[in-house]
Amino acid sequence: MSPDSQKVRITYREAMRQAIRDALIRDPRVFLMGEDVGAYGGCYAVSKGLLEEFGPERIRDTPLSESAFVGAGIGAAMNGMRPIVEIMTVNFSLLALDQIVNNAATILHMSGGQINIPLVIRMTTGAGRQLAAQHSHSLEGWYAHIPCIKVLAPATLEDARGMLWTALEDPDPVLIFEHGTLYNMEGEMAADAGAVEISKAAVRRAGTDVSLITYGGTLGKTIEAAEQLAASGVDAEVVDLRTLRPLDTETILDSVTRTHRAVIIDEGWRSGSISAEISARIMEGAFYELDLPVERICSAEVPMPYAKHLEDAALPQASTIVATVTRMMGGHG
Amino acid sequence: MADFLMPSLGADMEAGTVLQWLVKPGDAVKRGDIVAVIDTEKATIEVEIFQTGVIQKILVPEGEKVPVGTLLAVLAVDGEVAAAAPEAKPAVRAPIVPAPAAPTPPVAPPIVPQPAREVAAPHRARISPLAMRVAMELKVDLATVKGTGPEGAITKADVERAAKAPPTPAPAPRVAAPIEGPAPAAPPKPVVAPIDRSAAMRKVIAAAMARSKREIPHYYLGNHIDMSKAMGWLQAENLKRPVTERLLYSVLLLKAVALATHEIPEMNGFWIDGAFKPSEAVHVGVAISIRRGGLIAPAIHDVDKKSLGEIMLSLRDLVKRVRAGVLRSSEIADATITVTSLGDNGVESVFGVIYPPQVALVGFGKIVERPWASGAMVGARPVMMASLSGDHRASDGHRGALFLAAIERLLQEPEKL
Amino acid sequence: MALQPTIATPNVDAGHAIALLRDMVRIRRFEEKAAELYSASKIRGFLHLYIGEEAVAVGAMRALGPEDAVVATYREHGHALLRGVSADSIMAEMYGKQEGCSRGRGGSMHLFDARVRFYGGNAIVGGGLPLAIGIALADKLQHHQRVTACFFGDGAVAEGEFHECMNLAAQWKLPVLLCCENNLYAMGTALRRAQSQTDLSLKAAAYEMASWPVDGMDVVACEQAAQRAALAVRSGEGPCFLEFRTYRFRAHSMYDPQLYRDKREVEEWKKRDPIATFRSRLTTQGVLDDASMKRIEDEVALEIEKAIAFAEAGTWEPTKDLARFAYSGKKPA
Repeated sequence: MSPDSQKVRITYREAMRQAIRDALIRDPRVFLMGEDVGAYGGCYAVSKGLLEEFGPERIRDTPLSESAFVGAGIGAAMNGMRPIVEIMTVNFSLLALDQIVNNAATILHMSGGQINIPLVIRMTTGAGRQLAAQHSHSLEGWYAHIPCIKVLAPATLEDARGMLWTALEDPDPVLIFEHGTLYNMEGEMAADAGAVEISKAAVRRAGTDVSLITYGGTLGKTIEAAEQLAASGVDAEVVDLRTLRPLDTETILDSVTRTHRAVIIDEGWRSGSISAEISARIMEGAFYELDLPVERICSAEVPMPYAKHLEDAALPQASTIVATVTRMMGGHG
Repeated sequence: MADFLMPSLGADMEAGTVLQWLVKPGDAVKRGDIVAVIDTEKATIEVEIFQTGVIQKILVPEGEKVPVGTLLAVLAVDGEVAAAAPEAKPAVRAPIVPAPAAPTPPVAPPIVPQPAREVAAPHRARISPLAMRVAMELKVDLATVKGTGPEGAITKADVERAAKAPPTPAPAPRVAAPIEGPAPAAPPKPVVAPIDRSAAMRKVIAAAMARSKREIPHYYLGNHIDMSKAMGWLQAENLKRPVTERLLYSVLLLKAVALATHEIPEMNGFWIDGAFKPSEAVHVGVAISIRRGGLIAPAIHDVDKKSLGEIMLSLRDLVKRVRAGVLRSSEIADATITVTSLGDNGVESVFGVIYPPQVALVGFGKIVERPWASGAMVGARPVMMASLSGDHRASDGHRGALFLAAIERLLQEPEKL
Repeated sequence: MALQPTIATPNVDAGHAIALLRDMVRIRRFEEKAAELYSASKIRGFLHLYIGEEAVAVGAMRALGPEDAVVATYREHGHALLRGVSADSIMAEMYGKQEGCSRGRGGSMHLFDARVRFYGGNAIVGGGLPLAIGIALADKLQHHQRVTACFFGDGAVAEGEFHECMNLAAQWKLPVLLCCENNLYAMGTALRRAQSQTDLSLKAAAYEMASWPVDGMDVVACEQAAQRAALAVRSGEGPCFLEFRTYRFRAHSMYDPQLYRDKREVEEWKKRDPIATFRSRLTTQGVLDDASMKRIEDEVALEIEKAIAFAEAGTWEPTKDLARFAYSGKKPA
């Protein structure tokens, strides 16, 4: 991005829409398929207007049949198309788990390398909008457990705009998780922002005292916490993972090697979460750099409650991050 | 000559037992014939032979368990063009498996489980790995460093500070040599496998029950008993007694059974050597469940002669010792009739299996409020089903019915028990 | 209103009839040999034999051309053979050798061959249906005049995915030929215990698609029904459902003790052995004599022997290549 390039004011939602539109224009094999992506304009209005522009064959509304339409996406990808399957939320993806885990993730391997599945699945994830227990899961960490797929979590406008095309070009299945609270996020982006790479984490804020490692919906809170900590003299580095599988271990370890302290902020439930995996990798790769044990801030291990104060208490917040780091550094939070 | 090997009959089968040979040496067999019945622990399968010929020799007898691939029999093949089948190589014992995919990633030394929190280690300093490294680089004696990290941990900053300041002997406890990593927790004491014991007990019980069902021709009778008088009396009686001496209703049942044997002695004794040997004494076996599963029925001696209070004491004592696993052999062997009461488990009727060499088992179910007609009136009464499992060699239904009637009658006059 | 099964017309060209017979014998002997090899521990894991059902695959596959696609179940050796996957490579695959059609990575249940558009080898009951829907969808979007044949059992009809796919296929008028191989048992569960409505073709008709029951023990009936249905599908009329009423003479897999069915039932169905009955029909018609039958058997036996030799001589994939197909040629995570 050159410094004098044009900037536009845009929301995450619009950036994602642009990405889809761009893909549809560039490659006739691309089509979007999912519930309410067409006539409704998309549950989160991401695909608004696309039906009118591209027609019902390419902006394809499906019945409530997650297993069938995800599997159909796999089959279509096997047979020359480049489908973008939209599962309304990660909560409903559970109905398609068989197709994702037993077909999309296995066919390349099971066929001895013969058959690729160049499929992209997009899902909304996360909590924070009082949608209660069945609509608030953060299961991207779970998906990151499955070999042979890629798991992305775009948390910035550039990533919302740029990850999709790269994912579509990938010959293997890619899952993109969009945190529900990010759609309205607004900011400035280069007008010519385009495809970005999808295999590396990014340091969003350089620092020296502690590595705050996070992704997706909690990036914003983490940056906020870092700013608060700066005011009390703690210089925090913020690492945005961007991809949960494959994890960019190199960037993570590089950061921790410089700061010697790490906190992982993950909206999943603590036990067996991706934060546990990252913690293990830090221990494995940077043990002798650690000045303190690696800490984790995750969601409380309960189904997400409806009442706002309870939901807030269940989720990682900027204040929790600040308090944790303060305690770690020796103060009393 | 061709070989017939123990076939692989399933993905997880490692060994099998020929339960039955359906052919013998000299028998002609053709491809597809069923030649043996084999047990695989998951199922019993009729197994075919893939060759045509004449059985020469059976090498593994019925009942012997052998691994997959073991030579079971040999047969002479008569020039048939059964293709030079792979099994012509008798060396096929072990299934051919590709080199086991050994885990190739660096095998880290086994991580010894460490207690999640280091509790009560006041003399053990906590030093971050980084601090350790820096201390070595700066040649700082960690024993002189005061830690300011969480719970007194020594951090890099502490080490650096100490490196600058002149060393003062710190009151901190000795941290002699560099700590060799997390102290291996003492290997957990080998746990006496309670599972094994329970499994062994299950086996024994199974064998005994099977034998009982095999040898004893059981007949069953059941009777509903109105327990209102017994329970009413018990309640009043217990109010008079100190708590430690209160009675459970089961002692009424035991006494009633014991006394009833006086009237119908064919219920009380042993079937030995083809004949019934009645017993003078009435030692009532009480079926008691053991914590990890299993049942044992030790006897309370001379129940007919004991008072209710004495029976209660004996019962309590027995249960305690059963739970502790401490019983005398006489208690186990001496029961002349057994009572089993599953009322507490919520079961309404019990038809049990007689413990040989006894000839009767009385079962009592749960007491349930039931409509009951008495005189010309119907009311709700506490009703319990009493059942008898009788050995038909020693008694018959008629006598059994009288026995149950006696128990019922005795329970209508609880004050006389 | 139960639909009547298609019964074949008796007149079939002699040469063609012999070919059909030969195909069935080929599958039968292959499966018998596979059973033997499994007992000798050469083939491991699960093995599901098609013995008794040969007429279905032989008849149905004749309706397909090389440009069409096939999705099958784990009981698919026959389908693969007919599709053109060599006996050599199937045998080697079941042995686990890298010369197998799936490089030894799939085994008996996961035969794949992209060159002949044979897409498995799917072990999840009903799991192949969404794939077939997707392949057909891609063909339709790319305006190919192709048929995707999907084979599945009566068990699949109980799965939600089946219903989702039936609906989607009919709704989007997809070119799928849905071949239900109803052998009356889903593993150990008899159809009458699993379905309130056991007339499966009637169930399919409820989705507004052409639907016919077929005598699955009559190879000519199977072929004629499939030809008719494929023609309709290929011409864009939408999907077609064929319920092949058949029976497997052996256990679900090696070995189940078949406690769930009466031996007498098996014996009754054996009287309708598709090979024996067809052979006897052809003999009566003077089309087949002992000499030509022997020729068929000898040729088939030779092919199978060759396949075994090929498999025996095959090699094991090096363990270091274990993760080779985690991703397509990119660095694995």
